[in-house]
Amino acid sequence: MFILVLRFANVCKNANFAAAFQILINMFKIIRKTYLTPSVCLMEVEAPRIAMAAKPGQFLIIRANERGERIPLTICDYDAVKGTVTIVTQIVGASSRIICNMGTGESFSDMAGPLGRPSDFTLLPDGALKGKRYLFIGGGVGTAPIFPQVKYLSGQGALCDVIIGARNSSLLIFTEEMKSVADNVFVCTDDGSAGEKGVVTKVAERLLDGGKHYDHAVSIGPMIMMKFCSLSLKKYNIPLTVSLNSIMVDGTGMCGACRVTVGGKTRFACSEGPEFNGYEVNYDEAMRRQKLYRNQEIEADERCRSKLEGKQ
Amino acid sequence: MRNKIPRVRAKEQDAKIRATNFKEVCFGFNISEAQAEASRCLQCKVPGCVQQCPVHINIPAFIAKVEAGDISAAAKIIAKDSFLPAVCGRVCPQESQCEGNCILGKKGESVSIGKLERFVSDYAREHQIRFTEKAPSKGKSVAIVGSGPSSLACASDLARNGYDVTIFEALHRPGGVLEYGIPEFRLPKESVVSYEIETVKSLGVKIITDVLIGRTITVDDLLGKEGFSAVYIGSGAGLPKFMGIPGENLNGVFSANEYLTRNNLMKAFDSSYETPIFHGHKTAVVGGGNVAMDAARTALRLGSKVTIVYRRSQAELPARAEEVHHAVEEGIAFDMLTNPVEIVGDGNGCVKALRCIKMELGEPDESGRRRPLPVEGSEFEIAADCVIMALGTSPNSLISDTTEGLDTDRKGCIIADETGATSRPGVFAGGDAVSGAATVILAMGAGRTAAASIDKYLSGERSPL
Ligand SMILES: Cc1cc2nc3c(=O)[nH]c(=O)nc-3n(C[C@H](O)[C@H](O)[C@H](O)COP(=O)(O)OP(=O)(O)OC[C@H]3O[C@@H](n4cnc5c(N)ncnc54)[C@H](O)[C@@H]3O)c2cc1C
Ligand SMILES: Cc1cc2nc3c(=O)[nH]c(=O)nc-3n(C[C@H](O)[C@H](O)[C@H](O)COP(=O)(O)OP(=O)(O)OC[C@H]3O[C@@H](n4cnc5c(N)ncnc54)[C@H](O)[C@@H]3O)c2cc1C
Ligand code: SF4
Ligand code: SF4
Ligand code: FES
Repeated sequence: MFILVLRFANVCKNANFAAAFQILINMFKIIRKTYLTPSVCLMEVEAPRIAMAAKPGQFLIIRANERGERIPLTICDYDAVKGTVTIVTQIVGASSRIICNMGTGESFSDMAGPLGRPSDFTLLPDGALKGKRYLFIGGGVGTAPIFPQVKYLSGQGALCDVIIGARNSSLLIFTEEMKSVADNVFVCTDDGSAGEKGVVTKVAERLLDGGKHYDHAVSIGPMIMMKFCSLSLKKYNIPLTVSLNSIMVDGTGMCGACRVTVGGKTRFACSEGPEFNGYEVNYDEAMRRQKLYRNQEIEADERCRSKLEGKQ
Repeated sequence: MRNKIPRVRAKEQDAKIRATNFKEVCFGFNISEAQAEASRCLQCKVPGCVQQCPVHINIPAFIAKVEAGDISAAAKIIAKDSFLPAVCGRVCPQESQCEGNCILGKKGESVSIGKLERFVSDYAREHQIRFTEKAPSKGKSVAIVGSGPSSLACASDLARNGYDVTIFEALHRPGGVLEYGIPEFRLPKESVVSYEIETVKSLGVKIITDVLIGRTITVDDLLGKEGFSAVYIGSGAGLPKFMGIPGENLNGVFSANEYLTRNNLMKAFDSSYETPIFHGHKTAVVGGGNVAMDAARTALRLGSKVTIVYRRSQAELPARAEEVHHAVEEGIAFDMLTNPVEIVGDGNGCVKALRCIKMELGEPDESGRRRPLPVEGSEFEIAADCVIMALGTSPNSLISDTTEGLDTDRKGCIIADETGATSRPGVFAGGDAVSGAATVILAMGAGRTAAASIDKYLSGERSPL
């Protein structure tokens, strides 16, 4: 009798489990979509498994449809309870255009993640971050990936100053969201159309020269901006972390497309990064490798544009 | 005398034509060719062929059924020992396994066991013959990591035995190397690989893609909050090796895995997909195994001139004999006893040439093969705008790094005993993840052994009740 009861309990457990699986089975539905600028789009997507496991610093790989490329995007926010993740995509070519062209209620074919190592500070013991001072420098669409880091750190009692830079005011994103989690937010634009006129490194130098002290700096944005951050912060002796957006295929450490030279050694950005010591990265090589498929990409985007226009 | 009949050759696409397309090279036997070839088998009482087949398919028995024209009975015999006969018939290194030990091969030519196995399984597929009986549910669930041949074999055996099986695959399509590594022209994806995977699914096995174990969920979670009773790790050996020579990060240098994944899994050769791929004019492929042949022949089909650079001699090429033969026929050049020392850039960060040194064979090394030694002063350059490194792969450390108490060896391979059990109770492993890069049939065999051990482990676990 006892055995029977146990067996039954087992079956029930398994039946529940199967039902639970149905819910978790791959459905990557877009439940919210807004344009942050004419070419940057924010989407909240159902991805319960990723939402449950995500940590600051990690990314995911998305395939819009059955014929799509595998595109890495940083996880810009996650909600384990709701089972959603937030991505922010800038239209730079065919695949990002296809992603941004999808609407609320539609689903992506695939979303794999969270990928990459979480930011180092997530591994510190409880209490270790209390009172630590962080300087974040975000450029363009790189501002969004900073958000979960600042949110996490503030939650742990760290103090975060955030510099957000863009070419002009229409390209600025996440300034309000950032203000809700950071201690101070400094905005700058190349043309002075919002915030200070000038580049992010100028603002950083002004803060540091003015006597501000930081335990750690994090810079995320275009490769060239991260390079200049590393050149400029070096003289202040602050540890610097950067997040590398090299070309990726699988994102699991299987192909080596994402390899970068860090500290003179070849590293795989997807599995050993994407965050590395900003002073050790060979940025020139990384930038060159990003341009590998430039011609094919331009052609693909031309095709994609004419297809999308044809639809309208 | 049966053995006087000459070996029947399967028809193939003409080398010139196939060098420009991705369709399968070999057409396989038709039924009369298969029967003629089957009639050559001597039906040995102590068949050498069976001894050398890693899963011990009853070769003479299935061949007898082919000769008698009862193909579905032949399929049933093969199915007892192999789940992926359409795959193994195509990709097993037969010359060093079954066919290598066929008695006819001692004096003349061995029976075409691989081609016959392929014929039987293709016939079974075309006639929708599937063997999907299974035992009543045991009410226990097993999680499997990865969906390569090793995992598929383990999953099928467990499902047939009444277990509830879920496979978690990191990529967007199941199949492992069968899907992302071995090209279409050797192993058709839709007709063969997908069909075999459908068979596994028809046994009730669930396959969940886009889940990277160690990141999305850990092995500890699978055994803990996800409620699985056991886990099988068949995560393969996917981490590509590079040589560590200057210039390896120049634009135009790829691992074979990247190049092949773009073309196979992501269908770069098909313009209806978005995937970009580098179109070299002159490609140098470094290595001498199946992976090197596949990369070289893929580059050729994408329009490049191709040279294979290998540090030992022709006789030591580890690739299947048939692939080397096909590669030569298709016009691929071979630079033997040659080792790269540097990849030379053009000043703008792109590859211009592969700088090599000539090698000569010295004393035998641990592997019993004569060790290649550089010939001083023999350096020369091979012009190339694309270099593909096919130097082998090793297991990725993600799973061992994120699993409590799972031991690995110096090379990062998971340590498992002959039953597939690892240092962690309830966790089993096999295939390339344990052995390092090997073969499809060995990976399958390891999956089946582990399935038997998992059954024993889980039955044992229940018996105290
Ligand atoms: C870890 C990581 C995190 C990222 N996070 C974000 C993000 O949060 N938001 C965002 O908008 N972008 C992000 N990117 C960049 C984004 O992946 C690329 O913009 C996108 O792949 C471009 O694809 P496309 O087809 O639209 O453009 P394309 O025209 O194909 O390429 C434009 C440029 O994007 C880069 N790129 C192309 N293909 C890839 C690829 N498969 N992987 C990586 N880069 C590629 C190349 O530098 C290329 O020159 C991230 C990249 C990485 C590696
Ligand atoms: C190009 C190429 C050609 C080959 N040619 C031949 C041949 O002709 N004949 C032959 O016998 N053998 C050949 N091989 C070798 C053979 O394919 C392998 O030995 C065999 O596929 C190993 O099977 P496996 O199941 O152990 O692993 P794999 O086939 O490597 O499958 C492992 C799977 O696990 C997935 N995975 C890995 N890590 C995780 C994780 N953490 N979470 C979830 N999923 C994960 C991977 O994405 C992959 O799909 C070839 C290999 C290559 C690369
Ligand atoms: S499985 Fe491989 S080794 Fe065994 S009989 Fe078939 S082809 Fe030969
Ligand atoms: S060894 Fe050759 S001849 Fe003998 S049974 Fe096997 S296939 Fe037939
Ligand atoms: S993207 Fe393939 S190894 Fe990093």
